[in-house]
Amino acid sequence: MNELPQQLANGLILGAMYGLIAIGYTMVYGIVQLINFAHGEIFMVGGFGALTVWLVLPEGFGLGAAVPLMIIGGVLVSVAVGTAAERFAYRPLRTAPRLAPLITAIGLSIVLQQAVWMWYPDAKKDHPFPQFHGGPIEILGANIQRGDLFVLIAAPLCMLALGFFVTKTRSGRGMQATAQDPDTAKLMGINTDRIIVMAFAIGAAFAAVAAVAYGLKNGQVGFRMGFLMGLKAFTAAVLGGIGNIYGAMLGGIVLGVAESLATGYIGDIPGMDLFGGGAWKDVWAFALLILVLLFRPQGLLGERVADRA
Amino acid sequence: MRQRSIIAITAALAAGSLTLTACGSRDDDGGSSNGDKTTVVIGVDAPLTGDLSALGLGIKNSADLAAKTANKKEYVKGVEFKIEPLDDQAQPSVGQQNAQKFISDKNVLGVVGPLNSSVSQQMQKPFNDAGLTQVSPANTGTELTQGDGWKTGDSVRQFKTFFRTATTDEIQGAFAADYLYNQAKLKKVYLIDDQKTYGAGLAASFKANFTKFGGQIVGTDHVNPDDRDFNAVVAKIKKTGAQALYYGGEYPAAGPLSQQLKDSGQNIPLMGGDGIYSGEFPKLNKKAEGDLATSVGKPVEQLDSAKTFIKDYEAAGYEDAYEAYGGLTYDATWAIIEAVKLAVEGNDGKVPSDGRKAVLDAMAKVKFDGVTGTISFDEFGDTTNHTMTAYKVKSDAWAPEFSGEPKLG
Repeated sequence: MNELPQQLANGLILGAMYGLIAIGYTMVYGIVQLINFAHGEIFMVGGFGALTVWLVLPEGFGLGAAVPLMIIGGVLVSVAVGTAAERFAYRPLRTAPRLAPLITAIGLSIVLQQAVWMWYPDAKKDHPFPQFHGGPIEILGANIQRGDLFVLIAAPLCMLALGFFVTKTRSGRGMQATAQDPDTAKLMGINTDRIIVMAFAIGAAFAAVAAVAYGLKNGQVGFRMGFLMGLKAFTAAVLGGIGNIYGAMLGGIVLGVAESLATGYIGDIPGMDLFGGGAWKDVWAFALLILVLLFRPQGLLGERVADRA
Repeated sequence: MRQRSIIAITAALAAGSLTLTACGSRDDDGGSSNGDKTTVVIGVDAPLTGDLSALGLGIKNSADLAAKTANKKEYVKGVEFKIEPLDDQAQPSVGQQNAQKFISDKNVLGVVGPLNSSVSQQMQKPFNDAGLTQVSPANTGTELTQGDGWKTGDSVRQFKTFFRTATTDEIQGAFAADYLYNQAKLKKVYLIDDQKTYGAGLAASFKANFTKFGGQIVGTDHVNPDDRDFNAVVAKIKKTGAQALYYGGEYPAAGPLSQQLKDSGQNIPLMGGDGIYSGEFPKLNKKAEGDLATSVGKPVEQLDSAKTFIKDYEAAGYEDAYEAYGGLTYDATWAIIEAVKLAVEGNDGKVPSDGRKAVLDAMAKVKFDGVTGTISFDEFGDTTNHTMTAYKVKSDAWAPEFSGEPKLG
């Protein structure tokens, strides 16, 4: 059997998940030039929010019916934590040197991890996440798990909604204006504080959707899952051109596919069998990032100011 | 430019945060006597937080139970045992700091732990320099006692202070190979490890014995222990026609690996060592049915010697289960208690002024019937108990399949 379609599908699924998280990095960066290092943890609490919904639902409740509720639960928790972080951790530092909110973000990420570890029941070990029953579905020669279909449907829907919001609505245009020049935007009567909160909220909501995808895919959530995923998503955002929402999704997919192909094929190249395995996929992903940044420092989709949102 | 530099600073900070380790100091208790009894402290080092905390907390509680039992029985007259648990977070650097803390506390006469062989590698030398006895209930890395030469039959004792109640990966990997080839009759195996001391050693000894029997390793790969997505690796296994997957590593990664393997339509078992023999494994992996693991000794539940242990553990009301290393930890702790007893008896009923040396000298003479069988140590500090058991997941729980000593190919 030719495994290429399978590897591409695996990469696409992983990449769509990275992309959804990367949106949060890129939007916040586009508007307040802050790298919200706690975003990986906002993703993580979204996963626990969704899990909580599942655990409180009565026995016998079908997963298909539960997923929308779990998304709502995850989004509520992520958005609450994300906007609270903005209000209490970042807003007081908005005029401070750039390094200060960055350090706060790292501190916040540790606080969130430890808070879940301490107070969420049984969170000291990985928590089993509900999963769809039934075998995979074959699409174009690749087996797609039922749980993975979720992210393949959710990611384009989210991107469509976001694109519509940014270009067609008043708030979205206000967001673009704030990204270009916050001071002038304020003079034009745009409530920039509201816009910033909105950017955090949208990023957090997308992260929560990604967290549900992560849970359905891997069958578990844990208090440490935000770190690696956050780092990968940040990489995806930089790869795609930080500040650009479509770039974030593209960067995520490129990163996911690169990881998947590197695992599958680099070992087959003569003389490279030492560097091929799953353990090297992060190395190749970062090598790709460095290459892109060398030849295209602004990232894949550049940084056209008008697209920043 | 400002924006570019903020990204650079961010990257640097991210790297920095990775190297941050938890620092914290704990005040020593000061006085070592309470009334007519001398307090002897047994240090316990294990991951009490993080992915492996289920195993670590089982270790802490089982050591605590051994100390409490000794105190209750007044097993060593005039000595009150106390446990000092430190959290190594399964990180070698933290383990090394903990080793220093134990060494600087003069009341510590022996240390139980750690869980991970990679952590142990950082603790052995400081303990050796300080002459402080260490008994690990869980380290199975063969080179920890016998050096890297064990693969070529050139074993040399590495550290005079290191002992263990767990048997080595050499035995464990060989036992798994013996089981898969001779009992399960599977001849083609795909081999994956997580590159840690434990996982890589296990995979190496599995491979050596499996190929000696005539089995075929149809492919090898390495993964990162923090990964949860193995679909790319799983797709590679498919084209090899493997009949089983042997994984050298621990359950947090083995769970999703096994599940994704089966999701991809390959209904072959994943087999691993004691690192996946945890109750968490079938919980995290809905398709664990039929997966295999080896663990040291006979199942605790089958041994008469273990019945008291299980009863006492339940009676003590610990929040966490004793997990895979409970019995071995109890025995490791008890070995130190026995050594203290020998030292005290050899010194007219008092703890010798040079307690650490006396305990270390006594370790070679320690022999008792423990929870997991007869406990004594050979010339390398390894346990003389080589019995292993293969377990299979049946109805979402581990069930013992076969016990014995490994046959070598």
